[in-house]
Amino acid sequence: MNMRTPLKNARRLGSAKEGADHFWMQRVTAVANLFLGLYLVWLVASLAGADYATVKEALGGPVNAILLLLLIVSATMHMRLGMQVIVEDYVTGEGAKIVCLLANNFFAILVAAASVWAILKLSFGS
Amino acid sequence: MSEARSSSGAVNRPLSPHLQIYRPLINMVMSILHRITGAALYFGSLLLAWWLTAAAVGPQYFAFVNGIFSSLPGKIVLFGFTWALLHHMMGGIRHFIWDTCHGLDIASVKFLSMISGVVSVAATVAIWTAVYLAR
Repeated sequence: MNMRTPLKNARRLGSAKEGADHFWMQRVTAVANLFLGLYLVWLVASLAGADYATVKEALGGPVNAILLLLLIVSATMHMRLGMQVIVEDYVTGEGAKIVCLLANNFFAILVAAASVWAILKLSFGS
Repeated sequence: MSEARSSSGAVNRPLSPHLQIYRPLINMVMSILHRITGAALYFGSLLLAWWLTAAAVGPQYFAFVNGIFSSLPGKIVLFGFTWALLHHMMGGIRHFIWDTCHGLDIASVKFLSMISGVVSVAATVAIWTAVYLAR
């Protein structure tokens, strides 16, 4: 039996006060991705056809490593937010939606973790 | 009066007009392409992660992955990746402009949509040409 008053039940169920966060973080990461994405295109184009030693040296260098780490964090945040919207738009079943949103989070974090590991190993590993 | 029902038993109510009803407009096509290229880049991020981890693992595995990327199908995928990235980037710039409440009249919307498509294709071709000429 519920002993609470209707007011007590309704309290704290309102706005979570983060309604604009999704929109804003999508824009913040988009600005970062604009510059870092152009940098990635330039980096990959400059390394096209290069041998292993050159690629390893380039990717592990301080400037490239830091910019790549920033790109990975910003891009995976951005794509996680974007795919969340796609899932919310098209997946109508409540159970399937939760599974897809979970998978989206795991995928974005997996891509980020693998890429960050690679950059750190290229920077600090032997 | 009995209502028409679909095989699942749900009542067949009239639906609002959807995509197939409308003549494709440039801003609509670019909006759809923005979402498609975004989703493509989402899965394309695996290619970047794969390339980076291959470089971290060692020369033999890197040579194997590089061989896949420099094959013809690999190059076609990377060409598509380049275009998707640049197209999504141009769409993003368009959205930044719209976010400031500028360029929302019909002529500007048409122009911004058209120019983002033209620039993304031209820039993709230019980058790949430059890479081939530089080698």
